[in-house]
Amino acid sequence: MVAQHATLRSKEEIMESLRKPEVITGSEILLRSLVLEDVECVFGYPGGAVLYIYDAMHGFSDFQHLLTRHEQGAIHAADGYARASGKVGVCIATSGPGATNLVTGIATAYMDSVPLVVITGNVATTLIGTDAFQEADITGITMPITKHSYLVRKAADLPRIIHEAFHIANTGRKGPVLIDIPKDVSAELALFEPVTEVSIRGYNPTVTPNKLQVDKMLKAITEAERPIVLAGGGVVYSGAHEELFEFIKKSGIPITTTLLGLGAFPSGEELWLGMPGMHGTYTANTSIQEADLLINIGARFDDRVTGKLSGFAPKAKIVHIDIDPAEIGKNVPTDIPIVGDVKSVLQMANKEVKYAEKADAWRAQLAASCKEKPYKYNDSEDELKPQWVIEMLYEETNGEAIVTTDVGQHQMWAAQYYKFNKPRSWVTSGGLGTMGFGFPSAIGAQMANQDRLVISINGDGGMQMCAQELAICAINNIPVKVVIINNQVLGMVRQWQELIYDNRYSHIDLSGSPDFVKLAEAYGVRGFRASNKEDARAVWQEAMNHPGPAVVEFVVRKHENVYPMVTQGSTIDQMLMGDTE
Amino acid sequence: MMKRHTVAVLVNDQPGVLQRVSGLFGRRGFNIESITVGTSEETGLSRMVIVTTGDDKMLEQVTKQLYKLIDVIKVVDLSANPMVGRELALIKVNADPGARPEILGVVETFRAAVVDIGTTSLMVQVVGDTDKIDAMIELMKPYGIRELSRTGVTAMVRGNAR
Ligand SMILES: Cc1ncc(C[n+]2csc(CCOP(=O)(O)OP(=O)(O)O)c2C)c(N)n1
Repeated sequence: MVAQHATLRSKEEIMESLRKPEVITGSEILLRSLVLEDVECVFGYPGGAVLYIYDAMHGFSDFQHLLTRHEQGAIHAADGYARASGKVGVCIATSGPGATNLVTGIATAYMDSVPLVVITGNVATTLIGTDAFQEADITGITMPITKHSYLVRKAADLPRIIHEAFHIANTGRKGPVLIDIPKDVSAELALFEPVTEVSIRGYNPTVTPNKLQVDKMLKAITEAERPIVLAGGGVVYSGAHEELFEFIKKSGIPITTTLLGLGAFPSGEELWLGMPGMHGTYTANTSIQEADLLINIGARFDDRVTGKLSGFAPKAKIVHIDIDPAEIGKNVPTDIPIVGDVKSVLQMANKEVKYAEKADAWRAQLAASCKEKPYKYNDSEDELKPQWVIEMLYEETNGEAIVTTDVGQHQMWAAQYYKFNKPRSWVTSGGLGTMGFGFPSAIGAQMANQDRLVISINGDGGMQMCAQELAICAINNIPVKVVIINNQVLGMVRQWQELIYDNRYSHIDLSGSPDFVKLAEAYGVRGFRASNKEDARAVWQEAMNHPGPAVVEFVVRKHENVYPMVTQGSTIDQMLMGDTE
Repeated sequence: MMKRHTVAVLVNDQPGVLQRVSGLFGRRGFNIESITVGTSEETGLSRMVIVTTGDDKMLEQVTKQLYKLIDVIKVVDLSANPMVGRELALIKVNADPGARPEILGVVETFRAAVVDIGTTSLMVQVVGDTDKIDAMIELMKPYGIRELSRTGVTAMVRGNAR
């Protein structure tokens, strides 16, 4: 089950040959610089403004280029690559429509702090600003959704700009950086000398925290009777999962992990309370509301987590640890702010942290609550239940897969019923909630992890937003297992219309969806379908045994809802629990 | 408490940097009362002076968000210290020969200057803090203001502080 790679030269050979100064074109400078940044795989789509770059890529094999079928597929794939590997994801698109097709993906990465370097072509510098053919002001369009951007004026600037872009994307609070290269710049000759240092005045993320602030937190821990840790994506991004584990073990503080923090702490552990927020566990939500100390580690107090802000964690002293000072105090007033990289903060804290002794009763209370109120659903023998499907996938894969999801009910069920024990095994669009993300991001995740099983869980709606990328799975034998939870509707919208809009179902019917099995086969990918438990398991096993990519459609009950649910405007302990009680 | 804040932002003199800064204000719902940009004491760096209103929490967020922009090097809340804030306005006002002496009287009192004379108009230049300019404009209104152009505030902290 290994995806095919072009035969690559040995790394030393490549680096050796690339480092020597030489007069070459902007395009060649770009390719060499990417290799020197340790790029192995880029996703892209050619067009007029990047023809020089693609010409330079002809026969080039020092990294792999995957031709997606839509620029949106390329950028979500680069995003999945980055999330699953911790490296910078790279994609290339042409000017104008190619570039604007990236916008959704750039915003997705920006909201979830994913490091990307996005390369777009632009019309020649002489034509910029003239409404030339296929011209779009992509740096202007993307200014609010990039960490930084460059419009390159001279080929000679490229080595520095590319090196800076990778540095900016993957340090501090991570994020997408855009490099817009006009066509004449990609053709221009310049002396290439590799750049290995960066000095960007005004960009110095604070990594090491202030010891006094950390001490304040440690003191608060010894005083707390009802402490809780709220851990988010920042733990995963800073590679701090081991430090977090040590911190929780030493302090004995119960922990809840946000949607993007799933996998930052092993879900099998006793102190783990599940996910908080709109579709969080009963225990996670009520514990936040009862806590007298809440330690936020690398989460941004998103409104899907906090519910009604004014009633959030009303009794708690708040500690907020974040690499981005602007997050601290943005939504929730903070008592002990700690600016720094989560890993450094936890390393410092772990040296002295003491067991929260006063919290024994609290720990016992929460452990009992977890037992008493786990996620629940009414199973059925007649209809396939989506929750059951996810549980089955979890069992059949021993929880070892990398799971990517699209957006909707299936995403929440995957978060609830597939348990994650390792970081970077869970890839989902949290902040922007981008439909169409699930499947292409799995392609990227698989490219970054050739030897792991990658499952992409999608709704029947979202699957139709980027299904065309089945082609690149087939052609490159990328063995992603694509799951479609087919409820024949835009399920999450249906749920809201049922619960909040009084059963007024408006435009959610997905009649006219393709036969997904035939669709897969049309692209040369194996397709499977099941609508009862027995078939579901058998079909899944068959798909797993198939060495290449596969699409597995599970036809599930239409009217199933995600519970618990906190409706907007409620505090998070005001949960609808559904009919399981 | 809502207050007027004058913030100086030292930025890399890059194309698009004004758009980045002003865009950030608009997008995050911060108000800009005035914004001025010009070169600074160091080549390659520009200084923007932005006047905004809001409470202290808003100012803190503005500052933190500005620091997130890679091209922003330093943000200083000038209004936290004794500060000199100056604005320039040009006011073209109706001025029939009969009304001129009166207008010239006002101009003199405000230490403003007449910088152009037309057959039926005068152009007045006034420099000062925002209140002074506002007052001058009020006094010119009865004569009929034909055209008005203000530069927005530029400012510095007093004394040896940098
Ligand atoms: C690009 C985009 N458009 C619209 C939405 C709004 N939206 C959120 S969930 C959802 C329904 C998803 O339906 P489906 O893909 O069938 O998944 P299900 O909820 O049924 O699991 C919609 C339309 C979105 N998140 N992203």
